[in-house]
Formats: sequence, C-alpha cells, structure tokens
Amino acid sequence: MSDTQSHNVAFVRETFLPESAPPSTATGPVKWIKDNLFATWANGLLTVAALYLIFLVLSSTMPWIFAGIWNAESLAACREVLDGVSGACFAVLTERWNQLLFGFTYPTDQYWRPTLAFVLLFVAMAPVLFFDLPRKLLIFTGLYPFLAFWLIWGGTILAPLLALAGVVVGYLVYDRLVKNSFAAGFFGGIVAAFVVWYIGGFLISDTANENAMLQAVPSRDLGGFMLNMMLGITCVSLSVPLGIALALGRQSNLPLIKGICVVFIEFIRGVPLITLLFVANVMLAYFFPPGSGVDLFIRVVIMITIFSAAYIAEVIRGGLAALPKGQYEAGDSLGLDYAQSMRLIILPQALKISIPGIVNIAVGLFKDTTLVSVISMFDIVGMIRGPILASTDWNGVYWELFMFASVLFFVVCYGISQYSQWLERRLATDHR
Amino acid sequence: MTTLTDPPKQGSFQPMMLLNDTRYRSITFQVIALILLILAIWFLGSNLATNLAAAGLNISYDFLGNPAGYDINQTLIPYTSQSTNLQAAFVGILNTLLVAFLACITATVFGVLAGVLRLSKNWLVSKVMSVYVEIFRNIPVLIWILIIFTIMTASMPTAKSYLGETPDNGLIAGLFAFTNRGVNAPAPIWGEGSMVVVAVFIASIIGIFAYRKYAKKLLFDTGRLLPTGWPTLAILILPTLIAFFVMGQPIGLDAPDPLANRFNLRGGIQIGAPLIAIWFALSIYTGAFIAENVRAGIQAVSKGQTEAAAALGLRPGRIMNLVVLPQALRVIIPPLISQYLNITKNSSLAILVGYADITATLGGITLNQTGRAIECVLLLMLFYLVISLTISAFMNVYNNRMKLKER
Repeated sequence: MSDTQSHNVAFVRETFLPESAPPSTATGPVKWIKDNLFATWANGLLTVAALYLIFLVLSSTMPWIFAGIWNAESLAACREVLDGVSGACFAVLTERWNQLLFGFTYPTDQYWRPTLAFVLLFVAMAPVLFFDLPRKLLIFTGLYPFLAFWLIWGGTILAPLLALAGVVVGYLVYDRLVKNSFAAGFFGGIVAAFVVWYIGGFLISDTANENAMLQAVPSRDLGGFMLNMMLGITCVSLSVPLGIALALGRQSNLPLIKGICVVFIEFIRGVPLITLLFVANVMLAYFFPPGSGVDLFIRVVIMITIFSAAYIAEVIRGGLAALPKGQYEAGDSLGLDYAQSMRLIILPQALKISIPGIVNIAVGLFKDTTLVSVISMFDIVGMIRGPILASTDWNGVYWELFMFASVLFFVVCYGISQYSQWLERRLATDHR
Repeated sequence: MTTLTDPPKQGSFQPMMLLNDTRYRSITFQVIALILLILAIWFLGSNLATNLAAAGLNISYDFLGNPAGYDINQTLIPYTSQSTNLQAAFVGILNTLLVAFLACITATVFGVLAGVLRLSKNWLVSKVMSVYVEIFRNIPVLIWILIIFTIMTASMPTAKSYLGETPDNGLIAGLFAFTNRGVNAPAPIWGEGSMVVVAVFIASIIGIFAYRKYAKKLLFDTGRLLPTGWPTLAILILPTLIAFFVMGQPIGLDAPDPLANRFNLRGGIQIGAPLIAIWFALSIYTGAFIAENVRAGIQAVSKGQTEAAAALGLRPGRIMNLVVLPQALRVIIPPLISQYLNITKNSSLAILVGYADITATLGGITLNQTGRAIECVLLLMLFYLVISLTISAFMNVYNNRMKLKER
C-alpha cells in the first residue's frame, strides 16, 4: 500500500517512535485507586462512607486505648491519674490478671501448673496438627491427657497412672483380639480397661491425696480462661469419636441402631445448649447412683460433649453421604468386612471432607463454653460479671474487661479457622 | 454393609453362626443394642427413683396451676404476679418468639447487606465487611449480648434528662428517647374507622400481586411490557392515603411526652434495654454468619450464567433478579433457615440480661421458686424441640419443592 502512495505523500515516518510510559492515570497506584475505589460514582460514595466509618471507629477508640493506664489499684485511682482525660483503665487487667486466667480460688502458689500444662498442650498438639513432624511425638500426645490431669488437679500421681494403665491394657487386649474380629477387639479392650480401673480403685487409699507431690485442687476451684480452654479441648476431643460412632449408626441399615441414633441426634440438636447445662446443673445428679457425687465439672463435660457430638455426627454424615457409592462397593468387593472397609476406605475419605465442618463446630463449641457462666461456674465471663465487676475497686470497668475477653476468644477462634483453611489446601488431592 | 450372602451351610445351626453368619449377625447386634438400651434406661430410671425417694420428691406438674408470685416487666399478654406459673410460661414463650422473630428479620437484613457488599468490587468496602464478619463470628455471642446491654444501661442518659421544660437531651426526631432503661418509641393510636384504613392497605397489597400477575400474563401473551416499578408504589401508597384522609385521620401517634410526668417518660411504648440488647446482639452476630452464606450462595452461581444472561441482552438488574438470585437462593435458603433456628435457640441466652423469655420464666424463676427442676427443664426442652422440629419440617418441604427437577 505504501509503495503505491510513497511518491505523492508529503511525509512518511520511517523510524519507529520510542515507547513512552503509559499516562500516570492508567498505571500504578492511581489506576488501582480508580479501579478499586472510585470505579463508578456509587462506588466512590461507598468508599467515602467506609472511610468515614473507619475514621469514626478509630478516632473514638484509639485515643482511649493509648491514654490507657496500666498501673493503678482501683478505678478511683485510675480516674485520678487520668484527671478527666478519656482513657482506658487497663490496670484492672494487670491487677486481676491471674483471676481472669485461673479463677479466684485456684491456689495462688500453684499457677505454674496450669501454665505448664498449657505450654505442653502445644507440644502435644503439634504432631496432630502438623503431620510432617516425626510420628514418635504422638507418644507424648497420648500421655498428655494424663499428665495434664495430674498437673491441673494435682493429688496423687497414682490416679492418672492407673487410668493410663487401664488404657494400655485395653489397647493390648484390643491388639490381640482385633485379628479375629474388630467387634471382639473393641469390646474386649473396653472390658479389660474397666477391669483394670475397678481393681486399681481398691489399691489407691483414701488418704493418698494428703501427702501427694502436688497439692490436690478440687474442680470447683478451676476458673477463668483456663476453664474455657479445658472445657473446649476436652469436649471437642471426646465428641469427635462419639460423633463418628453416631454418624455411622445413623447411616447403618440396622433399623434399631439407626432409630436410636436419629432420635438422639435430633433431640440434642433441637434444644439449646443452655437447657442441657441446666440438666447438668440441676437434673443430672438424680441419674447417678446415690452417693456417687459426680462433680459439676464432669457433669458439664458430659453434657457439652453429647451436645457437640450430635452436631459433629451431622457433619460427618454429610461427609459419608458425599462419598460416591462406588467407594462402599469397592470395599465390599475387596472382601473387607464392615469394620475394615469403614476404617480403611470410607472414614479416611469422609473425615477429610468433613474437616472444615468439624472445625466450625469446634470453634462454635469453644465460644459456647462461656455459657457455663449462666450456671454459676466462674469461667472468664463469669469472673468478669461476678467477682471483678462486683468488687468495689473495679465496679464500672466494663469495656477493658470485655475487650480483653473478646481478644482472647478472637485470637483462638481466628487461629483455628486459619489452620483449618491451611489444612484444607494441604489435603486437597483432587486435581481440578 | 456387606451384601455378600454366604452359601447356606448344610447341617444344623451352630451358636457361632450368630456372630459370623451375615444372615443372623445383624439381628444379633440389634438384640444386643436393645438389651443395652433397656439396661441403660433401667439403670438411670432406678437411680432417679431412688434419689427422688431419698430427697422426698416426686414428679408432679401441679405447680403449673399455682400462682407464680413474681412480676414480669415486659409482657405481651395480661399478666400479674397472681397469675399461674403456666401463664408465666406463656408470657415467656411469646417473649421468646417475639425476640426470635425480630432478630430473624434484622439479622437477614444485616447478613444480606454484608454478604453482598463483601463481594463488592470496591476493595475498601469488601475489606471492611470481611473485618465485620471475622470479628463478629469469632467472639462468643454471650460477650456481644453483655457488651450491648452495657452500652444500653451504662452509657445512655437517664430518663430524667429528657424531662422538663428545658431537658438536657431532646427527643430524637421528636419521637424517640434512648434511656438507660430502654428505648421509648411512639405508639400508634387506633381511632374510630382505623380498621377501614388497615383493610384498604391489605387490599392494596393484594392488588399489587394481582397487577404483577396481570402484567406477566400480558407479557407472555402479547409481548407488551407494562411498567411495574412506579405502579406498585402507587398502588401501595395512594389508596391507603386517600382512605386515611377520607376517614378523618383515625390513626395517630402517641409519642413520649417529656412534660407528662416529673419522674419518668410517659406515653408511647417502652422497649426494655434487655430486649434491645438480645435483639441487636443476635442480629449482628447471626448477621455475620448469614453474610457468609449469602456470599457462598452468590459465588456458587457460575460466572457463565451471568455472561450468558448478558449475552442475551438482559440489563444488570434483570440478570440479578431473573438469573443469579433464583439459583443462589437455592443454595442460601437451607443454611439461612438453620441460622433462624440458631437465633431461636440462642435467644435462650436472654436469661443473662434479665429478659423474660421462656428460659428465664419457666427455667429460671419458676424453677428456683418451686424447686421442680426436672419438670421445668423437661417442659423447657419440649418447647424448644417442638419449635426446632416444626421449622425443620418446613425446611424439608421447601427443599423438596426447590429440588432441581432432573430427568
């Protein structure tokens, strides 16, 4: 084209123009701001509104937080130091730190015990949470419940040792019998453990607690955030196996077992946790043998455990239902019996699908442990509402305390949900 | 469960076949389960009987007919301290349903707003909304209830500051007063002929549906598209307004009056601080969960659907209404209903701030005054169970109707 016109066109550029940078409005932060904050006028309005909201929140809280007083003996002393300036009185946290974490009746000189148990908890949980770690660490995880029990409650070391012995004997019996049949191994192990515990019960004398290495602490002295952590961890770890059993029962084709599981799950899911805590508080004691004196902590653990087990069962049932039918048939065609095909084929896949759901339930359950304050147990909310706000020194320090409790729960719950997302990505084996 | 059937063995029945033969094994297990169940029930029942006998108690529901002997500050039906425990329980039931109903509506509004805004292309807005969702989801609802109750009771002005000729605080819009006891709001006064206005209003709502149905029919039959936006608004407002003035303005507002009384605000209705606390806390807490459901539902509609609708020439509003929402609702509604169920169950936490719901009346004061722990807790559970099962039943009906009709 240019060949035919070159002789009658005045000027033809023959060199290439050097590239120039895009205009500043089409690149870099300006473009980003234009695209993401002010794309349309409605969008711009939203941005301004959001900025104003952020300004409002920060301008009202930040000065209050930064003017905070960390050292004072009472609210009155705090106000004196502040001298009319609006500021937080974080001194309540420093002064009541131990009460918020351990409750107000835990022996003061024994705080190192729950603290140590808390630190060891991370060691025990590490191999469960991160399966790249050496598997030998799981031995410590297995020992941890007995160790933590001994550290927190104290008393004679014989009790946790006996419990451990029962579990070990039960496992050995299970290991022997499981080669014949899973059912025989399972029930045989349970019976053996109970036999050991029953016989061992006679060996521990009633006075063993008096001159024990660690001073015995009764359950009613537990409190603070420690109580929330203990309830949360104990109930979640107990309710997962129970939930699996309930889910399998609900999927079973034995009508009687299925019926029992359906009624149980639907009943528990239909009532609020607080009514179950009422049951633990005022009713459950009537159902134990006379004179057994099961303490409130155990009763609450029982009720919260069956509560979360019902929810976890529904999550796992979803996982079981999501598996293709071919997986069940594959198990059958390999000649595996029910227990084997569940253990080796179905459950590993179903549980993997269920992990996000189970974690959601666990987070919800941990938040729900604050409900025990309604039945006058002194967990962190109970401590704040009861002894701390009722004391003459700190009557009126609401926001600092609620903020502290909120931060504790937020850190734990947000951490768990982030871990669950990491785990989901890690376990994703399907290639989509 | 294995589907293999062993070939029938020749010869007689052996006891081990009960465990090893698939024909008998399932029956064996069920019999064992039945025996265990009966043993457990018998064990618990006999313990209960022994313990009750030892404590000199019996199971009886007579206390429901006795006078309750306590006052309830917020009631929907007439109630005095001389009313029976059963009436107190009914007051509680109505209060539970009231707060659950209110919280369901506001939680849905918050949730849908936050969920849609979280998907906004505006970076700042979507970040603000995800902060909202994360903060509210990860802190116990119990703490939220306490925080909002404290805001209501500790940082609101006293009722007295609204009173007098020159009050410290003016009524908001001349109608509302936020005090540390709750919110005083105007109440409607139903005068002579107000029923006519209400009837006209209901009739015009029916009229809107009829008009929309007619417009749709006309569109499908002839292809003519009638406007629906402004006629809907007109039908909704105009007839009612005309009726209102024709009847001589029968409906009035009874606003709180700062001059009526020297000690407290009179006039209008007072919504107590406990109700506000539990209502608002449940709304923002559950709203955060609903926001996640809404977001997941909208994201579940594949992008191709939106693009296909755009390729057909639909406007963005139509794409949302006709293509995305019907598919997203299928995903959103079931978890939404279970959130409603959660609201109803969490409203039992009202006992913490002294709102007289069923847990606070029947499970709280009545239980403590009569000592009938077992009966009260059982009745309480029965109530919540009935509510839950009813809502689940509705949900199942809905799910079956909305199920994708596949070939």
